[in-house]
Amino acid sequence: MYNETVMDHFEHPRNIGEMEDPTVVVEVGSGECGDRTKLFLKIEDDVIVDVSFKTLGCAAAIASSSMATEMIKEKTLKEAWDLTNRDVVEALGGLPEQKIHCSVLAEDAIREAINIYRKGQGFEPW
Amino acid sequence: MNPSHAPDIPTVYLDHSATTPTHPDVVRAMLPYFTEHFGNPSSLYSISDAARAAIATARTQVAAALGCSADEIFFTAGGTESDNWAIRGMTSARKKEGNHIVTSSIEHHAVLHTCGYLETQGFSVTHLPVDRYGLVDPAQVEAAITPETTLISVMMANNEVGTIQPVQEIGAVARDHGICFHTDAVQAVGHMAIDVDAMKIDLLSLSGHKFFGPKGTGALYIRDGILPDNLIHGGGQEKGRRAGTENVPGIVGLGAAIARVTIDIPGHRERVGALRDMLVQGISGRIPDSHYNGHPDKRLVNNAHFSFPGLDGEALLLMLNRKGICASIGSACSSGCEDMSHVLRAMGVPPSYGRSSLRLTLGDDNTKEEIEYVLDVLPPLIARLREMAAF
Repeated sequence: MYNETVMDHFEHPRNIGEMEDPTVVVEVGSGECGDRTKLFLKIEDDVIVDVSFKTLGCAAAIASSSMATEMIKEKTLKEAWDLTNRDVVEALGGLPEQKIHCSVLAEDAIREAINIYRKGQGFEPW
Repeated sequence: MNPSHAPDIPTVYLDHSATTPTHPDVVRAMLPYFTEHFGNPSSLYSISDAARAAIATARTQVAAALGCSADEIFFTAGGTESDNWAIRGMTSARKKEGNHIVTSSIEHHAVLHTCGYLETQGFSVTHLPVDRYGLVDPAQVEAAITPETTLISVMMANNEVGTIQPVQEIGAVARDHGICFHTDAVQAVGHMAIDVDAMKIDLLSLSGHKFFGPKGTGALYIRDGILPDNLIHGGGQEKGRRAGTENVPGIVGLGAAIARVTIDIPGHRERVGALRDMLVQGISGRIPDSHYNGHPDKRLVNNAHFSFPGLDGEALLLMLNRKGICASIGSACSSGCEDMSHVLRAMGVPPSYGRSSLRLTLGDDNTKEEIEYVLDVLPPLIARLREMAAF
């Protein structure tokens, strides 16, 4: 059902767990299926210096969160904002069609976290 | 499932309600009918005699398992066909008398979707509710009957949570009102004694691959004198009621398999029941916040069904697969994150319990060592998934 990259990120998720002293924490959920992701970002000079997450969801949701956090680590906020769930799915080497929507949660969490941070800094949200 | 677990980990198969391996004795019984005794049972020459005789034997074997006459057994291509035939055939045959079907809200899709199709053809269907254990109330069956009702269809045992329905009481209600009673017994055969007369059953569906027989084989019991319309039209096989050249090896296998699993049902119940109870007690004792779904005693002897809120069932299933354990989930986030199964929903199981449910169904081929292995493997996997999701 899943390729080895997806299974690897599911069984050995990168950046899993809580973070001490994060700059931003967001929790997003999909009302439809009850998937939830909590994302922790540490931001210095508009760069994501550390990131971690927790996810309640299927293997696709966990693997997508894991891959997405890898892809935004040490990136600027602008670069992180531009990351789409399609990029994450591509980096995972693809997901089954019916599981593509499970990858949206990570993108949602990243964008919401960035806007919370921007508002806190007195900027307009993107 | 791909990728599979490492080759050095033995497989622990705990999904017998999905299917079972064809037993070697059953395969052995079938083999001559692929080659030596290949003759078409409808042909007159003597090389077909063996095939004809074998079908007759199988018919007797199935009849013995149900307490009926061999004349009342009709071979089909599986449980789904039997359900379709019983429901479509019976409602069609009685169309002049009415257009109402009474069924439950926890039926297998073979019944549920057949009734759904009939709704598009002008029939009305009552889907009876169940209690939190998944039980249908016979009094509600009676209350649902209208002058238009021509069929009552309630399963003998549920395929997800294993709840055994009060079939005998429902049969009595149907008989009192002169309404035909069909039961889907696909999950029940081999796990409990079945007597179509005592249970007042008019039509009963069964499927070979659920009890160590071959896939693509099934039967429909039709009480003498009851005449559902044909579903499969064509040649005159099965006394002109189910067309198509007989699947002789499959029918032989079905007969051999049902004889095998009904020869000692009390012994099976004792052996598999002990393993199931060990599994249930082990899980309940070792895994915090685990919830046993279904009825505590009115359930299939081989069924254990749990919810572990705080995780996703598919994720758990994949991790179990890596450990060589084959199980099943009660709810799949497959197409657009569909919600949980209609069975769990009908029982009032909350969504967080539904999405974290796990079905383990045992068979005579399981061992105590396998159950111990599962009890060692499962708690840390659940703890890990919960930790990944604990906010």
